[in-house]
Amino acid sequence: MADAPFVSVSGLDIDLEVPGGRLHAVRDSSFDIALGETLCIVGESGSGKSMTALGLMGLLPSNAHRSARRLRVGNHDLLSLNRREMADLMGREMAMIFQEPMTSLNPCYTVGNQMSEMLIRHLRMGRRPALTLARDWLDRVGIPPTAGRLDQYPHQLSGGLRQRVMIAMMLMCSPKLIIADEPTTALDVTIQAQILHLLAGLQRELGITMIFITHDLGVVSRIADRVAVMYAGQIVEMGRTREILRDPQHPYTRGLLECVPAPGKTRPGAHLGTIPGTVPSLVGQLSGCGFAGRCPHAAVGCRGEIPALTVRADGRQVRCLFTPDALWSAA
Amino acid sequence: MLRFLLRRAGLALLVALCVSMLTFALLNITIDPALAMAGEDATDQDIQALRVAMGFDRPAHVRYLDWLQSVLQGDFGVSPYFGLPVSDLIMDRMPVTVTLGALATAFAVIIGVPLGVVAAIYPNTLIDRVSLSVAVFGQAIPNFWFSLMLIILLAVQFPIFPVSGTEGFSSFILPTIVLGTNAIPPIMRLTRTGMLDVLSSDYIRTAWAKGLQPRQVFFKHALRNAIVPVVAVAAIQAANMFGGSIVVEAVFALHGIGMLAYESIQRSDIPTMQAVILIFSLFFIGFSALSDVINAYLDPRIRVS
Repeated sequence: MADAPFVSVSGLDIDLEVPGGRLHAVRDSSFDIALGETLCIVGESGSGKSMTALGLMGLLPSNAHRSARRLRVGNHDLLSLNRREMADLMGREMAMIFQEPMTSLNPCYTVGNQMSEMLIRHLRMGRRPALTLARDWLDRVGIPPTAGRLDQYPHQLSGGLRQRVMIAMMLMCSPKLIIADEPTTALDVTIQAQILHLLAGLQRELGITMIFITHDLGVVSRIADRVAVMYAGQIVEMGRTREILRDPQHPYTRGLLECVPAPGKTRPGAHLGTIPGTVPSLVGQLSGCGFAGRCPHAAVGCRGEIPALTVRADGRQVRCLFTPDALWSAA
Repeated sequence: MLRFLLRRAGLALLVALCVSMLTFALLNITIDPALAMAGEDATDQDIQALRVAMGFDRPAHVRYLDWLQSVLQGDFGVSPYFGLPVSDLIMDRMPVTVTLGALATAFAVIIGVPLGVVAAIYPNTLIDRVSLSVAVFGQAIPNFWFSLMLIILLAVQFPIFPVSGTEGFSSFILPTIVLGTNAIPPIMRLTRTGMLDVLSSDYIRTAWAKGLQPRQVFFKHALRNAIVPVVAVAAIQAANMFGGSIVVEAVFALHGIGMLAYESIQRSDIPTMQAVILIFSLFFIGFSALSDVINAYLDPRIRVS
């Protein structure tokens, strides 16, 4: 970690133009990721985790506005790149795997066509060598080359196979950063485990830096080096996975962990925790801590100012006015 | 793919047969062929004699099968009005109509599809508004008026094109513009809607994420998906234009199938009418079958279902 971080995001804001006004999907988001590290961004729907990923890739919808103090990947300052320069990086230096394998491949083109066009575009390969390499990559993601998969169309493949194709396609140009946006959410549980295993294995093997977006804390514990917890467009807690899972310091993180059954600890029939209330409206400015309305520990001060993301003793960052000692020991 | 083609051809044949049956029945119900053929001065005896002589007294299904048999051998009978074999009349008129139809279809597609694509790439901009205006204009403008305006401007004031007739390619240009302009709006608007729809889809986001050039995203990935419904509509438009336009052919004095249809209806010329209607329906059947084949080629999912 002594070196400059591979990915450096500072002050990322993403607003969406919506009928009711401006929706602040991501507010003042900052994080660094070291080379080869996996950062998991967790949070519930609408917390801004997908928007953070799309914002980094420059894939935001047309009604979105992005601003940031710093947005760096490797040696590239993403803020200074124009569309064409950005397109040169996308798929080549930084790639993205999407949540919906069923709809993320073009129904009109064969697997081989969609895979090889990446190689033709970025590596200036010819069609034949590109197809050969595509076949090798299919083998690498567990699709046997015998089945003539390159000539098949997406609708002829299952969801799990399509996601394998997607992973192979996005890793083919050996990107240094891969952003995976809930890549296993739409799949069957058994397939989820396989895909996760495959992705984590390839990531380690190729030394890729990864941003993995999920709402599944089980997944986090298996693959993340560090975790960023997002709530209402803000990062509320960020730190090493083990520390965050064992000793959450933000009341929201704690609430999130209590929603998950712990094998061996949670007795059958026991009630799982829930977080009462709903996410605040993201239209307009927050006047205090975004979680104050649902927080069991909220005090008067929580509604008056937005807490800053402060660094604590163990290097962890928490956006809360109180320390855990003050919060949980009183209860 | 072969099975798909065979099935599609079988279906087309069946539809053609039904259309021919329906045409035959309707014409024989509404018009007495003997009466129409005999003319206004004929006596009852003359008509009866003609009826027997021409075999019009036989039951309808016998006459239909008889007619169908001749048609399958390329014999559409003799036109009582023109006094010529109907097949000769058709062969004489067909080239004009087919040329006009092909040119107008090409014109409509070449203008309509790119306009729709550009409007979808830049939605709610000036370009989008202008192409929408073009669409409204094309849809609202009456053919006969537009024809006359073009003739006044481009054939009389500035004599660039001939006023009428079928001498050479240049005489087809004005009729092509008139006929094609009518087909631009549906093609353009459907292309725009289809593209807008496809451009917000997940696989287009994937294409951007792959770092493909805008040209590849728009034309390779988006257009192929967006064009599928357009092909079906363009096929109907093409069939319409290949079937001949009575108004355009009349204004520009093009002696095509449209004029032939008009003349045969005026004279109650049953054999010619039957042939023209059959050919018109064959164009529809042919073009819709063609559009299915094109779409099956474009979208592999259609080949299966």
